[in-house]
This record gives sequence, C-alpha cells and structure tokens, in this order.
Amino acid sequence: MSHSLSSSIPGFAPAPAAIPVRAVLPWAAFGVVLALALLYFVGAEQGATSLISGHAVHEFVHDGRHLLGFPCH
Amino acid sequence: MTGVTFWASPATDGGSSLMAGRLLARGMVAGVIAACLAFLFARIFGEPQVNLAIAFEAAQDATAGMAPEPELVSRAVQATFGLLVASLMYGAAYGGIYAVVFAFAYGRMGRISPRALALLLAGAGFLTFVLIPGLKYPPNPPGIGHPDTIQLRTATYFEVIALSVCVMAIAILVGRRLALRLGAWNATLCGVGLFVVLTALMQATAPDINEVPANFPAVVLWRFREAAIGMQIVLWSALGLIFGPLAAAVLAPKTGGRRLAR
Repeated sequence: MSHSLSSSIPGFAPAPAAIPVRAVLPWAAFGVVLALALLYFVGAEQGATSLISGHAVHEFVHDGRHLLGFPCH
Repeated sequence: MTGVTFWASPATDGGSSLMAGRLLARGMVAGVIAACLAFLFARIFGEPQVNLAIAFEAAQDATAGMAPEPELVSRAVQATFGLLVASLMYGAAYGGIYAVVFAFAYGRMGRISPRALALLLAGAGFLTFVLIPGLKYPPNPPGIGHPDTIQLRTATYFEVIALSVCVMAIAILVGRRLALRLGAWNATLCGVGLFVVLTALMQATAPDINEVPANFPAVVLWRFREAAIGMQIVLWSALGLIFGPLAAAVLAPKTGGRRLAR
C-alpha cells in the first residue's frame, strides 16, 4: 500500500486518483444535455426561437434573462 | 451502495461511475443554493435598475404615442418568483456543467485538494462563461435592444460563449503539454499568454452590437451592469465554496478518520 505509506510522510500528499474518463462520460453527457435544456429555457425560449407559443415563458423569466446577461426583446 | 462500498473500490467502474454521478448531483445542488444567494443579490441591487429601465422605456413609448405593453405576467411576479426560478435554473445548469469539469479535472491537475480545485474551477467558470462573453456582449436592461435583431444577438451571444470555452480548453491543453518541456511556471505563463491572444482575436472578430438608445440614462445602464456582474460573482464564488466540501466528502474515505480535504 504505497498510498498509506506516502501519506504518512508529512508534506508528501499523494496525487489524488483521477476518476476514469469512461466513468465520467455518461454523466457528463447527461449533465451537459440537462444544463443546455435549462439554459435554453432561461436564455432563449420565446426570444430568438420558440418551442412553446405565446410569451408566458419569456415574460416569466424576463428579469432573470436580463440580469443573467442573455439578450432579450 | 454505501459510502464504504464505493470508496473500497474506487478503481472499478461501478464505484467510479457512482462517484461521477454523485459529483454531478452535488454540483447541481450547490448551484441551486448559490443561485438563491445570487437571487437575493439581484433582488436587492438589480431590480431597482430594471424598474428604472422599464420606466424609461414606458416614457419613451408614451412620448412616441405608442400604447403601453400588455402585462402577461405582472411585474411583481417577474421581479420575485420569475427571477428566482430563472436564477435556480441557471444555477442548476452551470452547477452541473461545473461538476462535470471538476470530475474530469480532479486528479489530472496535480496535487490540489478538492476544495482548492473547486474554487479554482469556479473562477475559471466565471471567466469563461460570464466575464469573457460579457466583455463583448454586456448584459443590457429592458429598453435596450431591437426586437428585430434578437436572432442575431442570441446567436452571437451563445457563439461567443462557445468560443470562450474553446479558447480556455486550448490554453489549458497547450499549457499542460508545455509543462513537460518548460516546467510548470513557464508553461502556465505560455498558457495564459495564448489565452489572452486568442481572446483578443475572438473579441476583435465577433460583430459589434450597439443598440443603446442615445438618451438612455447612463447611470441606470452602469448600475444595472454592476448588479448583473455582482450577481454572477455571488453565484460563482458561492458555487465554488459550497461545492468544495461537498465534493471532498464524495472523494474522501468515509472510514479511517483521515480526510483528504484540508
């Protein structure tokens, strides 16, 4: 157990073990798709493009859209 | 599925995948908590400026003889519930993206504690997703921006965020490559230099958009942008500070009493 050996020496912290890329990838894809969907509804729905008709979504997130820096109107 | 199980087998796929999933969930939770704080900031410092801008817009419309815009959602709801929900969605979204980057970066950026890495990445996220795009296309209050150009403005805004991500990724990857040959210090300087040059190039080539009416009150515009940037600083610094301990708890051994995070 080189890990416990090296960590017992003061000032010699072991390099942390990285999470394998193939273990992160599915979660990364899921997380990024979810994030883009959320950002789309905050930042662009019923502005540049529109999936839902009307202006209710735009009006509801209006102040947030402006203050978070998205283009509006 | 206990903490002990996944720590005991960190190298196996199941344990690592669980770890990545837990990091993502905690990133989104941290984003939501940070967004609550950002909402409070925006409510106090941002909303007065939004109201002033709307008053200016209404006065302009009245002078031009236009009917006032119908209120589908009342101003009271927009300024409270609407702002809160928008902030929470934004916080959850960037919290998730940030946690994914953290999961990739941890253990690949040298000997850095989870908490320090969390803060470092929050700073990088603020720079990449907010400051660099915002320097080109700063946040604008209501009353600024023609409805006709919303397509162009939205496209260029998201493009500049995407380019900003690319620039940051290129600078980091090149810096890491150079580290073997030049050493950490010089490689970091080269990476920063490359980042500055690519950012300047991007800012110079992206189309300029200026739709601020000539008589728009300058102080309102300035105060609004101050509030917008302040809201982002609250969001990203809270995200980094809250996610650090949460991530450390996922990555550190649950048994044995010694914590990796310091």
